[in-house]
Amino acid sequence: MKEELQELYKYRELLYMITYRDIKVRYKQSIMGFFWAILMPILIVLSGVVVRYAYALVAHAPLKTADIASVAIKSVPWAFIVSSIRFSCNSLTGNRELVVKIYFPKEIFPMAAVLACLFDFFVAYAALVIFLVFMKIGWSIYLLWVPVLLSTMILFCLGIGTIVAAISLFFRDVKYIVEVFLTFGIFFTPVFYDVRMFGDRGKWLMLNPVAPLLEGLSDVIAHHQPPDLHWYMYSLVVSLIAFVSGFVLFKDLEPAFAESI
Amino acid sequence: MTDTALSMEHIYKKFRKGEIYNSLRDFLPAMTGKMFRGQELNAGDKREFWALQDISFEVKRGESLGIIGRNGAGKSTALKILSRIMKPTSGRMIVNGRLSALIEVTAGFHPDLTGIENIFLHGTILGMTKREIQSKLDQIIAFSGLEEFIDTPVKRYSSGMYARLGFSVAAHVDAEVLVVDEVLSVGDFVFQQRCMERIRSVIATGTTVLFVSHNLKSVTEICQRAMLLEHGKVVAVDNTDAVIRKYLSSGSTPEDPGKKKPVYISKVTVRNRAGEQSTFESGEKAWVDVEVTAREALEKLAVVIWFKDETQYIVFHTSTERLGFAPFSLQPGGTYRCTFELTLNIAHGTFHLVTQVYRYDIQKGYDKREPATTIFIGSTTAVGGAVNCFPTLIESETIVPSPQSCEV
Repeated sequence: MKEELQELYKYRELLYMITYRDIKVRYKQSIMGFFWAILMPILIVLSGVVVRYAYALVAHAPLKTADIASVAIKSVPWAFIVSSIRFSCNSLTGNRELVVKIYFPKEIFPMAAVLACLFDFFVAYAALVIFLVFMKIGWSIYLLWVPVLLSTMILFCLGIGTIVAAISLFFRDVKYIVEVFLTFGIFFTPVFYDVRMFGDRGKWLMLNPVAPLLEGLSDVIAHHQPPDLHWYMYSLVVSLIAFVSGFVLFKDLEPAFAESI
Repeated sequence: MTDTALSMEHIYKKFRKGEIYNSLRDFLPAMTGKMFRGQELNAGDKREFWALQDISFEVKRGESLGIIGRNGAGKSTALKILSRIMKPTSGRMIVNGRLSALIEVTAGFHPDLTGIENIFLHGTILGMTKREIQSKLDQIIAFSGLEEFIDTPVKRYSSGMYARLGFSVAAHVDAEVLVVDEVLSVGDFVFQQRCMERIRSVIATGTTVLFVSHNLKSVTEICQRAMLLEHGKVVAVDNTDAVIRKYLSSGSTPEDPGKKKPVYISKVTVRNRAGEQSTFESGEKAWVDVEVTAREALEKLAVVIWFKDETQYIVFHTSTERLGFAPFSLQPGGTYRCTFELTLNIAHGTFHLVTQVYRYDIQKGYDKREPATTIFIGSTTAVGGAVNCFPTLIESETIVPSPQSCEV
């Protein structure tokens, strides 16, 4: 594994170039340009607000600013997770020519897909910051958790991304399965709702490794409180396992890529 | 430090043809079914075939080796294993130093990016660093001859421009081992010349070159040694001329003699004084025997022969009728034989002999054998080009300028 990491490091400029290509091409192709990066997050945020409004009506409680902020804070990363896994899933099959013809560490493709989505994510997050400032959400020392939570999330996406990319090269229907999971995942993940709404049973929802990260972001940004440390550790361990096993699996399957694609 | 640039030791490569489960929907039922029936997953092993069998060879530093063989002989598979795109089923391979492949020179391009962006993209894909590309950028652009269009998205390029840019990038990768696979077919004549020049200069700097081509003339020009592959096995590794001779002599298997045609060419041989040959000396006398057999009654026929070079350019043609022989007629089952005497005033290279039965007055062609056979004219160091004019130097003088004329 050490050798493989060294080789990946040697090809770091290629990772940068492929990411640059993916971003550039996406923005060149769409007339809307940067608007594209925030379109999906905006739609998710708006649907979240509608759902939250429905909860408030049922509970006969007013819709609080913090709730809207919390929905927005969790929706944008969720959009990143969905798009990065989706793009990595197609990253190998979409670069068939390069996979078949030229040698280099192929994990660059799913990694570049995640990084390109990360770029979109930062654009959307910048928009979110403006929104939050406008909402007068305030700040606290706990904001230092944000980079920690986000990097864990990126680690998770890289892990899942490399796994689905490698498997979908061998089984073409995997991408449809992934797509179904990504579509319905939002119902099993605390994006539009909070885990605490479920009381004690909320712990079952927290088993979803994404849940503690999203809840953590909501805690540190909207509620000015630290995240649940135990659940964060759980997410971190799952993400690390996903990342390491994804890399090992990918490297194990890589020699067969050229003749199977 | 060894002087071996690369070597393959007993390389085997197995491919599976036929059914491959490429979706879970097919794979899972197949797997569970097999588990219940107690069969192994690899029950379909009868369908596998060996693309490479026991390939062993060694290339020394600075040497250039040509790989020749028919389509499907395993050349591309061997290159893919060398460039580490594929893993051999078994065997050992050593590559000393950076390997660069001029295989698919435009694979890294993205149509929406401009020429210059693609230079950087493709360059990094081929393993160059950004700084390296930056320092060679002017050279690369100049080599491609696309200065004017370098800021245009490459999707607007013609296919020739596309390939030229790709080759220019690939040709500027500093490598200790360069693998060239049939890339010289891109671009126009001028660009092809430039590519050959580039490969020669790369060899001159001590780079090891592995050259795969169907263009035997380029192989003889570039490689000292060659390897002949046939059905995934090494048939010969020797000096280039010898291997090419072997390749050509192995190739002329008589085809199905013109099924259902009213008349067909039943035999074609080329011989010199020593008998039937595939290799000739430039300027040598050669005889081409053609035998024609008819199934139906036909009249006013002639036999036409051509020599085509490797670019399919016709370098020579003649026919019985043009040489003053009267058209012949054939009865069903009848045979016609003729022999052309030729003086092979051609320079070295590979030439395909094409023969045809033709009727001039109604301009109708009957059976055509293309190529009927292939001959190779051994290299004469004194001349180059397509023809041999048998030059002799009869006068040579060096004129020293007188002091007065210098001041003018």
